[in-house]
Amino acid sequence: MANTLLMALIVVLGVPAVMAGYVGLVEWLLGFLPERHRPGVRPWLWIGPAVLFLVVFLVYPALNTAGISLFNADSTRFVGLANYAYVFTAQDMLISFKNNILWLVLFTLLTVTFGLIIAVLFDRVRYEAAAKALIFLPMAISFVAAGVIWKLMYDFKPAGLPQMGTVNAILTTTIPGFQPQAWLFNPSTNNPGLIAVGVWMWTGFCMVILSAGLKGIPTEILEAARVDGANEWQVFWRIILPMLSSTITVVATTMIINALKAFDIIYVMTNGNYGTEVIANRMYKEMFNFHQFGRASAIAVILLLAIIPIMLKNIQDFRRQEALR
Amino acid sequence: MASVTFDHVTKRFGDVIAVNDLDLEVKDKEFLVLVGPSGCGKTTALRLVAGLEEITTGNVYIADRLVNDVAPKDRDIAMVFQSYALYPHMSVYDNLAFGLKLRKTPKKEIDRRVNEAAKILGIEQLLDRKPKQLSGGQRQRVALGRAIVREPKVFLMDEPLSNLDAKLRVQTRAEISKLHMRLQTTVIYVTHDQVEAMTMGSRIAVMKDGLLQQLDTPQNLYDRPTNMFVAGFIGSPAMNFFDAKIVGTTDELYVDGSSFRVKVPDSKRPAVTRYLGKDVVFGIRPEDMYDRQFATNASLDNTVSVTVDVVEPMGSEIYLYLLTGAKSFVGRLDSRTQVRPGQQIDVVLDLEHMHIFDRETQEALV
Repeated sequence: MANTLLMALIVVLGVPAVMAGYVGLVEWLLGFLPERHRPGVRPWLWIGPAVLFLVVFLVYPALNTAGISLFNADSTRFVGLANYAYVFTAQDMLISFKNNILWLVLFTLLTVTFGLIIAVLFDRVRYEAAAKALIFLPMAISFVAAGVIWKLMYDFKPAGLPQMGTVNAILTTTIPGFQPQAWLFNPSTNNPGLIAVGVWMWTGFCMVILSAGLKGIPTEILEAARVDGANEWQVFWRIILPMLSSTITVVATTMIINALKAFDIIYVMTNGNYGTEVIANRMYKEMFNFHQFGRASAIAVILLLAIIPIMLKNIQDFRRQEALR
Repeated sequence: MASVTFDHVTKRFGDVIAVNDLDLEVKDKEFLVLVGPSGCGKTTALRLVAGLEEITTGNVYIADRLVNDVAPKDRDIAMVFQSYALYPHMSVYDNLAFGLKLRKTPKKEIDRRVNEAAKILGIEQLLDRKPKQLSGGQRQRVALGRAIVREPKVFLMDEPLSNLDAKLRVQTRAEISKLHMRLQTTVIYVTHDQVEAMTMGSRIAVMKDGLLQQLDTPQNLYDRPTNMFVAGFIGSPAMNFFDAKIVGTTDELYVDGSSFRVKVPDSKRPAVTRYLGKDVVFGIRPEDMYDRQFATNASLDNTVSVTVDVVEPMGSEIYLYLLTGAKSFVGRLDSRTQVRPGQQIDVVLDLEHMHIFDRETQEALV
């Protein structure tokens, strides 16, 4: 107990003290430089520790991963691009690519569409805040917990037995003659079923960002359009949607990145079985189950390369949007 | 072309009454200005005509058609907003054409009307630009153009000049007046600026706290304000008010302001007689005062001895902040007047233009 307290005290007081000490040291050292060089050097010294952390914990591991991806399973023998050849030919990997593309399209489309619809509709009601909080709530749940919840939701018992899974229970009681479905095992429903969980979790996020964008559109512009002769449908398609386009792009690219990185939900609910494998889960398996360091690293590199262009576009859009403010 | 009628219109926002029993008719082709201080309900009244607010009680008619439940898009009106409210993602051309496209106007007709409006407003060379690339004045023209191309029954303008700099405002003011003469359309124009109201309106409706105070021509508002609010609101610098008492006999009435005493002219006496011995408010406009040496009709009955407090030469005239007793007031005098602060001078009042108000009701007696 005393130790814990001491640690807490060290963290609370020590961290700011170290930071202040560092800044003091930097300023003292800068005192030795000629006046005119100081403004050029100061930012680098101030940002230095952060850059150092990034290099050690992000840049170096990334480069190291790229290196490992060219070696065999236990990194003892250089194998060239053999791991990449495996990644692009193995049956499991091809399923993963296919599923990730499905995630990319369905997940992104649904989260952004639902987010937009909800944002626009709730913008017009009095209980907006409460309603939005409700939609946003799943975001606050850990992905693993959400996976567990939905695994129970999708639970399946053979016909005739009491259905514990909410989805089957509702469907069998409301639709006469409905046969309970093994949602997570059936190859035609399991991928959409998993994506639905992702959509449930991320729609709130899309809604919040789009709602903020929507609030940024001056009411007078919408009123001007109405006076000009637009009905609500036309106001939405011709004014709101174009004015939100940059926000939509930012949200969509964020969702695309999420789709590419999809892991937790699949890991918890199916662990990639029954044809639900995705790239990130495959990487985890190669790494920790099969100890194929080379292959796992190759997958990581491919994932990284796939995300970088989207990330750049995202940053670029965000900057452009900021410039418009 | 159309008239607009407010038939006992009231608009409440919760407990706040924004427009209180407004009853007025805007005639066909008239340029009616709604003027008043901020929060007086003038913009709400305009938005009721546009259909952007719902009427609480009463009726609004456009061209004798009841429009209470008609959507803005079906009212055949065009509105110019204070912020211009241009569509930022559209070019100037598309901004102008938007309303026409929605009405499925033939492309050729759209082109003709847009180009014509652009020509009238001198924005032909800007048609390809986006609103962001325009100056304030240019945006204002585009907003006007967007209204013009629609050829609506009624133009609604909500403080369209308030975001322009002083010089441009004066210039655009005249242009809007010219535009009205050319288009011959009913205009309802909202402003808080009494100079805009006076210079542009065929008639002016002065509002305060949701209530219509007076509806009249600019000259009548200036000459015969019905109450102290209108008297103080119209005219710049504002009319001076003095707490005073009517004294004397029925044949000879005087306004006694304790530090001064002036005679009520014969023409005004009948209206004032019944206030003999009562408290009133005496009002005189700054421009109805003269330096004694330039006045031809100076007499004991209309001359007030005052102390000069501040001198503001304007070039064409001179504003004097004067003191009578402890009461400060403004005079707008001949620029030849030679005075220094602290000096005692005699000021002659043009009592034919004086105003007397009931101190209780603030209504004008004369």
